[in-house]
Amino acid sequence: MTETTEMSAIRTFRSDAGAPLDPELRSIIARFVVLAVLCAGVALLNENFLSVANFTNVLRQASLLFLIAAGATLVIIAGAIDLSVGAILTLSACVAAGVMHATGSSGLGIATALAIGISAGLANGILVAGLRLPPFLVTYGMLWILSGGALYYMGGIPITGFPREFRFLGSGFLLGIPVPILIMIAIALAGSVVLHMTTVGQQMVMMGANRAAATLAGIPVRRNLICVYVASGACAGLAAVVALGRVNSADPGMGDPLLLPSIAAILVGGTSLFGGTGTLLGTALGALLLTIVLNAMNLLTIGSAWQPFATGIVLVGAMLADAFLNRRRS
Amino acid sequence: MLEESGSEGPVGIGSGIAAPDVGVLSAARADTPRPMMVLNGVSKSFGQMQALSQVDLEIYAGEVHVLLGENGAGKSTLIKTLAGIYAPDAGEILLDGNRLALGGPSDARRAGISVIHQELALVPHLTVEENIVLGREPRFLIPGSIDRRVQRETARRALELVGFDGDPRGKVANLTTARQQLVEIAKALAHRSRILVMDEPTASISERDATNLHAIIGDLKRRGVAIVFISHRMREVFELADRVTILRDGRKILTTLPDATTPELLIKAMVGRTVGSFYQRLERFVAGEVILETRALCSAAGLVDMNIVVRSGEVVGLAGLVGSGRTEFARAVFGLDRRTGGEVLLHQLPLPADPVRAVRSGIAFVPESRKEHGLALTKSVCDNLTLPALWKIFPHGFRSRRRAAGVARGLIERLRIATRSTRQPVRTLSGGNQQKVVIGKWLPIEGNRRLIIIDEPTRGIDVGAKAEILKLVEGLAAEGCGILMISSELPEVVGFCDRVYVLQSGTVRGELSGAHLTEEAIMKLAVHHDS
Repeated sequence: MTETTEMSAIRTFRSDAGAPLDPELRSIIARFVVLAVLCAGVALLNENFLSVANFTNVLRQASLLFLIAAGATLVIIAGAIDLSVGAILTLSACVAAGVMHATGSSGLGIATALAIGISAGLANGILVAGLRLPPFLVTYGMLWILSGGALYYMGGIPITGFPREFRFLGSGFLLGIPVPILIMIAIALAGSVVLHMTTVGQQMVMMGANRAAATLAGIPVRRNLICVYVASGACAGLAAVVALGRVNSADPGMGDPLLLPSIAAILVGGTSLFGGTGTLLGTALGALLLTIVLNAMNLLTIGSAWQPFATGIVLVGAMLADAFLNRRRS
Repeated sequence: MLEESGSEGPVGIGSGIAAPDVGVLSAARADTPRPMMVLNGVSKSFGQMQALSQVDLEIYAGEVHVLLGENGAGKSTLIKTLAGIYAPDAGEILLDGNRLALGGPSDARRAGISVIHQELALVPHLTVEENIVLGREPRFLIPGSIDRRVQRETARRALELVGFDGDPRGKVANLTTARQQLVEIAKALAHRSRILVMDEPTASISERDATNLHAIIGDLKRRGVAIVFISHRMREVFELADRVTILRDGRKILTTLPDATTPELLIKAMVGRTVGSFYQRLERFVAGEVILETRALCSAAGLVDMNIVVRSGEVVGLAGLVGSGRTEFARAVFGLDRRTGGEVLLHQLPLPADPVRAVRSGIAFVPESRKEHGLALTKSVCDNLTLPALWKIFPHGFRSRRRAAGVARGLIERLRIATRSTRQPVRTLSGGNQQKVVIGKWLPIEGNRRLIIIDEPTRGIDVGAKAEILKLVEGLAAEGCGILMISSELPEVVGFCDRVYVLQSGTVRGELSGAHLTEEAIMKLAVHHDS
């Protein structure tokens, strides 16, 4: 393109400068504001909220939720779904625990967890993309298969006690910051770069928005689907390492309570369940928002029976707010 | 089953004057029969497109009334209006002299009008019996329960009328198309329909099944059911029709008796001369080297031995009726449908069946339905305009928003797409501007020997945008691209293409160019002569 056409084009579209913000950016800002208001409110009600101990604890909890939701966010943006992340975490953690118990090697443990995560993701991807089976069914089936595998592997006895350097990843500190939070930041950054600054990321967004149009535009839809499932499996494997390091124990039920909250975090973060819109930053904010609400309830001694209720309110509230904002715009 | 209609009508003739209740109908039948249904000046438009204008039509009991017209002539809109799916903008529909207000498909069904669409409307995983009573299941004592015995009996009687020989308790999904059609007809009869509208029922069934269907139609006719029938098979039209009505550009051109006309006259009336301006080519280019050649291409979607050549600088048309294999050919070349035989050569080299490879080899595919296959509606103009060329714009795989927006601005400027910014969702653009996006997104993949496949480029857009889009396509041909254009608008095909292949039933029936390229010649090749 020559200089002159570029110039004239810019003249016509000077309005881009004043054009409405990118909807994704708008949704991130909105969530940031809500989060800030929430923190300020809770801090006024309870002085312990902003204490270093409590806040590190909140962040650490949110980081585990984020890690398991990060890859699944990509899957949903690309127009599919991954219900097997909790089960992948369970199996990865159990087998890795067994390997470490037998060999005493942290490296082998980490490698095992990641390898299982990646293999499970690959299996999901091949079933969905290669054999064109419905993502919901494939990953729901995988959930049962992997949970069953973990149950069989453990034989009913939990494995506890891991090498110190392994536990560092789940409960250690680096420069005064808990390691899981650093991992969360690294994954959020790396994922955001892929999603927003590479052509592959853009392809994932567009195939989520309209699979048929993406196929007709020559986008390698099936390859990309396999990629997002592998990413999701790898994230679940990494989350397994963090979770093991934190609780210092592996049992075949550890992933189950994470699946539904992870989906809640993704949706609260503004990712559309129908694909085509979403950000990893949003999922991180969603995970923080949900964790902080639950933490605030603990601090304010509101009975734990109200916690699922609160999660539901946050979820529906986020959907309502988005729908309201979008309707007002158009 | 059909006790209220036809067969007992004539009995009342003698007493017609004495008993007015029965007599009105009977006397009318004896002298000048009164039409069962009358359409007066029915009009319907979609946006700027006038789909039906001032259509008058009379339908009599016991007649087979054939509707004929090109693709887009208004046949489908007309029968959807009869079915209560569309409400007419103007005009009225009378049934037995009473004005009919159709608020929806269920009103039409209650009034005794059943429409059998090309895509059959049966529930595949229910049984034949269940489908027949669907929506008016016989109750057994309490609401919500179904009287299976009455259901079976109702279904049995209706199925008998259409000579259905399958298992009434088998699932509809396991039946052939022809048998499913019979179930639809039986369903209409079970609902006591007096007017049966059938949209190209014989287009997708075998010769033998068609003959069977003809016999059933004859039978229904004798029972006094009025049948409105759309067909493109000329022999069938002349065998079955009591009267033929021709539509063109949403208007009724004529209604005639088959005895008073010939297939040639009907085809002439169907194509006619359309009023209004359409784009004329500025110049013709000398066809250069061969870009695309298919040799005996067959596909899983029903193509048989397709041999087609597209040269550089040439606009080649694919004409034919809906379902003749035009889009299927494009899909097979592009690698979307499985190929089952033959070869596709691009620049003399075999082209594998893979859309990714097709795009990287420079093929552009502008699909027929913008909304389903062309655009990610919720995403921005920029996102859509840069999609197929991401690999070309960002060869290293890293994408910059500024550069993407720059490319989008260039295209918006060049194609004069009316949009407020590059970030506006394409959903909010007008049809013509959306179509410009669908075509424009292929422009950044430059190259002067590309193959551009365009499926119905001007459907549903206004005249101004039409001309702009055709001019753009002509510009691509001038650069040396080979254009393969699928279009149902015959004047456009004749005026715009250098050479036209006419398809029928998934294969090439003829090739026309120069003085031989006329609307009549295309229609003659496109319709079934069954000979």
